[in-house]
Amino acid sequence: MTTSPTIRVQREDFDLQGEVDLLSKGKPGIGAVVTFSGLCRDEGGTLDALELEHYPGMAEAEMMRIAEMAIERFELNGLTAIHRYGKIAAGENIVLVIAAAPHRQAAFDGANFVMDFLKTSAPFWKKEHGKDGVAREWVEAKGHDDAARDKWK
Amino acid sequence: MTKLIYFAWVRERIGKAEEDITLPASVVTVTDLLDHLKTLGEEYETALQFPDVIRVALDQEHVEHDEPIGDAREIGIFPPMTGG
Repeated sequence: MTTSPTIRVQREDFDLQGEVDLLSKGKPGIGAVVTFSGLCRDEGGTLDALELEHYPGMAEAEMMRIAEMAIERFELNGLTAIHRYGKIAAGENIVLVIAAAPHRQAAFDGANFVMDFLKTSAPFWKKEHGKDGVAREWVEAKGHDDAARDKWK
Repeated sequence: MTKLIYFAWVRERIGKAEEDITLPASVVTVTDLLDHLKTLGEEYETALQFPDVIRVALDQEHVEHDEPIGDAREIGIFPPMTGG
């Protein structure tokens, strides 16, 4: 039976444990679950929030494509990827990736792979909101994110 | 008519989120499209002045700039992605 990933793009927060339970329920073959969550950091107290913009439809499609590649490549038992949009305050969740596999290495690699591709090809953009309430700049793409993705080739 | 959708600072600089335009026959590839858009006004020129960093999706799939536009109905134009 092929494993189909769970992909969601949503404004509201997610529940880590609840999502892990949903993913692993009824799958006794799972021996390892790796959970990655990305949060909005306050950049040393200067950042109030991030505004997350996305391309509706394409964001979900790209996340699905990446998730399916990971399931096939690492023979995962399950994969969940959730990305939030809208205004996200410092300290709040932005993204969740859960990879489940029979053994730990595939689960670690699966989660890592999904995050590396998600950062460089899923259509999301971050804009910083400073402490003083004024909108600041769009976050710039980083070369080391491309390098992280390219190591999987 | 082709639907163009802009995101992030490309959207802000052009000053609109989307528009429907008729592409001239001379526009074959993505590069041709970006060159054409730059002739539409100063705001387009500002938004697209560094075409190397501009990413384009045809019907919601990433493509390189030498890709023919073909019969794409929706073209997304945006900066490098910064999600995750």
